[in-house]
Amino acid sequence: MRLTSRGLFWLKGFLHLCFMSPIIYLIVQVLTDNAGGDPVQYIIHFTGMGAINSLIVTLLISPIAKKFKQGLLLQTRRLVGLYVFAYACLHIAAFISLDLLFAWGFLFEEIIKRPYILVGFTGFVIASLLTITSFQAVKRNMGKRWQSLHNWVYVLAVLAPIHFYWSVKSEIIEPSIYIGIIMFLLWIRRRQIKMWLIKKETPTEVSKVSAKADSQS
Amino acid sequence: MVSKKGFFKGIANPPSWALKDHQVTPEGVFRDRRNIVKALGLGSLGASLPGQVQAGLFDLFGSDDKPAFAVQGLDYSKPSAFQINDKLTPEDKIIRHNNFYEFGTSKQDPFDNAQSFQVDPWELKIEGLVDKPLTLNLHDLTTKFGLEERTYRLRCVEAWSMVVPWVGFSLAELLKMAGVSNKATHVAFETLFDPDQMPGQKNRLMGGGIHYPYVEGVTIAEAMNELPFLAVGLYGKTLPPQNGAPVRLVLPWKYGFKSIKSVVKIRVTDKQPPTSWNQLASSEYGFYANVNPEVDHPRWSQASERSIGEGGLFSAKRIPTQMFNGYGDSVADLYKNLDLRKYY
Repeated sequence: MRLTSRGLFWLKGFLHLCFMSPIIYLIVQVLTDNAGGDPVQYIIHFTGMGAINSLIVTLLISPIAKKFKQGLLLQTRRLVGLYVFAYACLHIAAFISLDLLFAWGFLFEEIIKRPYILVGFTGFVIASLLTITSFQAVKRNMGKRWQSLHNWVYVLAVLAPIHFYWSVKSEIIEPSIYIGIIMFLLWIRRRQIKMWLIKKETPTEVSKVSAKADSQS
Repeated sequence: MVSKKGFFKGIANPPSWALKDHQVTPEGVFRDRRNIVKALGLGSLGASLPGQVQAGLFDLFGSDDKPAFAVQGLDYSKPSAFQINDKLTPEDKIIRHNNFYEFGTSKQDPFDNAQSFQVDPWELKIEGLVDKPLTLNLHDLTTKFGLEERTYRLRCVEAWSMVVPWVGFSLAELLKMAGVSNKATHVAFETLFDPDQMPGQKNRLMGGGIHYPYVEGVTIAEAMNELPFLAVGLYGKTLPPQNGAPVRLVLPWKYGFKSIKSVVKIRVTDKQPPTSWNQLASSEYGFYANVNPEVDHPRWSQASERSIGEGGLFSAKRIPTQMFNGYGDSVADLYKNLDLRKYY
């Protein structure tokens, strides 16, 4: 069965529901006093997990679309990607407001001094760049550069589970599972990633190759 | 209020300032009102929903009424030497925000998973280099020593803190009772090992990868200091299991993880005992683990802490961390010749 544009509409609605409901669940948990005696760490962890789970969903879309030949599915990537950013924003907002209590000087000091925060922060910068360039108009203006910027999602995919692994005290099993899943999702794309990396390192040769390809076509 | 005169005559003449009977709220009604107000306080969200929806929501999100662990009132004195002026952290937060990986690694797991914990029968053994090895049962823990209430600051290595009114007795008192040999250099502690009751000991994913049973230790000089406290109570009642029932150690100048919970063994030894967090990550958690704002944890600063007090999400405060958590007067001498950067 091929996904129709009508089906896509409903799928997008379903995805919104899937990504909104955890946020509503979190709010209810906190308001009803079910997030523990001090919900701060609970909220930070919950929103961080939301970001990493949404990231995995975005990385799942194109392999699924390829495998089942559902081209339209690719149109949900932006939606899910924006939820990665939304959860990351909530995660950082909770950290700054609830844990650091807006001690900005302290925050910048921590970003520089603590590798796991630096890794997380770098991931957030990448997610922000991908978000602000996600609009159609920007995409058109950027031309080819858009794709090479959006390939940075692979860097984000490496940083996010490292940040998770590094931030826990001893419960390393869960972050290890996430690292495994993400490594698998990147392994599926090994050819694409290799191309992207090679293109960066030796632009002249690649441009020669692509020029050749152009002349052949 | 009925005067003798009034009783004889059948007519009461209460003074003009006395409340008339109909003006007094019966105790039951008074308590009910408080409960109603409390229930409304569940959150504006709850109040704005129709009744049936509310019931459904709260069932779904786990306010199911599991029977809570039964705690009992305790008799104790309140020596002024061990009180501080800081505002107490509400009981509700102290019993619902716990690191006790035996019951799960998230902060609310112990509250959720420990309520059916069995503390009777209990045996606390004091052994090793002592003249008279002792075994204390549950009853002994609350009756053998004069219980006192001490209000201590608690600073977690994760940079949050609480102010807790413990009830218990001094560790030194117990060690004196057992008679410590002069060969002794350290005291080791061990938590109960019972995977049937403690799911974190059964399942690595739940238990955070710690090698159980949880062990801790201090030097003999630290143990004989006036501060180390064996708590059997919290807020005037026996300890709930998530806080370490029936007996736990409290070392207020050290990070919280040193204050081992649900202790079954205290062993006086002549060598430094292994300690759980040090075994797991020695570069992050030293044997001493003294609260020290100048020595950062590799992954976060220890210079300040988030103090968990009254009020909601946004009411916490960030306060500077004090050297030895503010207990330097009592313990700084113990570390006179020690480089606290090396022996963290």
